[in-house]
Amino acid sequence: MAKVVAELKYSAEHEWVAADGSGPVNIGISAVAADALGDIVYVDLPEVGSTVTAGETCGEVESTKSVSDLYAPVTGEVVEINDEVVSDPALINNDPYGAGWLFKVAVTEEGPLMSAEEYASANGGEL
Amino acid sequence: MTENYTALYEQHKLAGASFTDFGGWQMPLKYSSELAEHHAVRNAAGLFDLSHMGEVWVTGPDAAAFLDYALAGKLSAVAVGKAKYSLICQEDGGIIDDLISYRRSEEKYLVVPNAGNAKVVAAALAERAAGFDVTVEDVSAETSLIAVQGPNAEAILLTLVPAEQHSLVTELKYYAAVEVGITVNGAVQDLLLARTGYTGEDGFEIYVPNGDAAGLWEALLEAGDGHGLIPAGLACRDSLRLEAGMPLYGNELSREGNPFAAGLGPVVSLKKESDFVGKAALAELKELGAGSTSGRKLVGLKGLGRRAGRSHYPVLKDGNVVGEVTSGQPSPTLGYPIALAYVDVEHSEPGTALDIDLRGKPEPFEVVALPFYKRQK
Repeated sequence: MAKVVAELKYSAEHEWVAADGSGPVNIGISAVAADALGDIVYVDLPEVGSTVTAGETCGEVESTKSVSDLYAPVTGEVVEINDEVVSDPALINNDPYGAGWLFKVAVTEEGPLMSAEEYASANGGEL
Repeated sequence: MTENYTALYEQHKLAGASFTDFGGWQMPLKYSSELAEHHAVRNAAGLFDLSHMGEVWVTGPDAAAFLDYALAGKLSAVAVGKAKYSLICQEDGGIIDDLISYRRSEEKYLVVPNAGNAKVVAAALAERAAGFDVTVEDVSAETSLIAVQGPNAEAILLTLVPAEQHSLVTELKYYAAVEVGITVNGAVQDLLLARTGYTGEDGFEIYVPNGDAAGLWEALLEAGDGHGLIPAGLACRDSLRLEAGMPLYGNELSREGNPFAAGLGPVVSLKKESDFVGKAALAELKELGAGSTSGRKLVGLKGLGRRAGRSHYPVLKDGNVVGEVTSGQPSPTLGYPIALAYVDVEHSEPGTALDIDLRGKPEPFEVVALPFYKRQK
C-alpha cells in the first residue's frame, strides 16, 4: 500500500505540503497519487514568481497512461521549482516525498488540508 | 455489469497487481512499473494473463464455408495448423470485432474475440450459423489464456516442453498453432500453443483449462527465472501494441467505423466468391474510396515535442479540426510521443505536419508510416 508520511499535510487533490510553520513550503504529490498515475513521464510546473491559488490548477502531471491536473494546495508566490524533477519525472514515482518534490511556495493562505491520518484513511494509504 | 475474475486473480493479487476493469473483467493493470514491464517484453520476456479473451469453437462439415459467410476474411483458405486475423462485420460494414481464427482441422476452428465482445461475437456466430451444418460453442468461461511475449519467450517455454517435442515449438511459424506437451504441476499436458501476440515481439499464447491455469502460470514464472521474465499487465500491453501499430477494438475499431478507414482493407476478402455478412456495403465503401480518397483514415502520428496526445483529442491542421486521436501516449521504446488518429485523407500522407490539441494547447506532430516499432529479426 502507498506510503503516507505523518509529518506532512495533504489536499483532497493528493498534493502534500511540508508545513513546518516558517518560510516557504515544499509541495509535491502523494505516493497514493503517483501510484495511481503510473510511471510519470512529464511534469508541467508553475513558473517561479507566479502566484498560485489554493484549489486551482497550476500545472499538469502526465504519465504513460494519463494526464492529471496539478492543484495548488496553498495560495502564495512560487519561489522555486524542482528542475531535476522536470528533467527526470520518474523521481516522483521513486521518491514522491523527497527528491520528487515539485515546487516551493511562500504561503499567504493555506487551502483546506488534511492530516496524514485523515488523508490515509480517505485514500487507502499507509502511515 | 457483473465483474468477472480470471482463474489467476489470486496470483495477481499476491504479486501486488493493481487492477482495472477491462471488458467487464478485473484485470491486472500493472504489477510494479508499466515502463519496466514494457521494457522487459521488448528486451527479455513478459507473462500476461489474457483469460478475459473469448474462445469460441466452430465445428462441423460446413465450418469453413460458414466462417467464409460470417467473417470478412477467407477462412476456408487457411491451412490446418495456421491462424488468420479477421473481422466480423455488420451488414452495413461496421466492425463488430476483430478476431483471430485458428484452423485446428478440416472441420474445426477456434475463434478468439476480444473480452468485451466475446458474448456478442458468439451470439452473432450462432445467429449466422442458421442453414450451415456447424455447431458454435462458446467455451470462454472455462478457458484461460496465458501469453509469454518477448525475445526470450521460446527459451522459457522450451524448459517446460519434453525434449522430443522441442522442434514443434522451435519450428512453429508466426500465426500458427500446435498441440504440445507442457509440464504443469509435474505432469505433461497437451495444450494448444499459438505463436501469436499483440506486442510486436516474438511470443506464444497458451490456451489452458481454468483448473490448470494457476499451475501453468507458476511454472512459466519459474521457468522464466534467469531469463528476465516478469508478469506484465494491461498497461504495458497497450503501449506495446500501440508501438507495433496494432488497432484496439473500442479505440481504433468500432461499429461506426469501417475496415478501409482502419487500414484493414486487405483483411476484407471482396474477391471471395461466396456472399458474406457486410459484403455489399463493404464493396460500396471500397468503390467510394473510403480510407483512400474519401473520409478519414487511420494514421500514425509522431510527436515532435514531449507531450502526448490522448484518445479523443482533436487533430488540427492550421487550427482547423481534421481528425481525432484514438490512442496515444509517450512511446517507452522510442522515447517520443506516438498516437493513432483518424484524419481526413487529404492530410494522411507521411510527412504531413499536424497538431494535436492538448487541452487547448496545440502540440506539433507529424504523420508517419506504421508501425512505429518493428523488431529486428
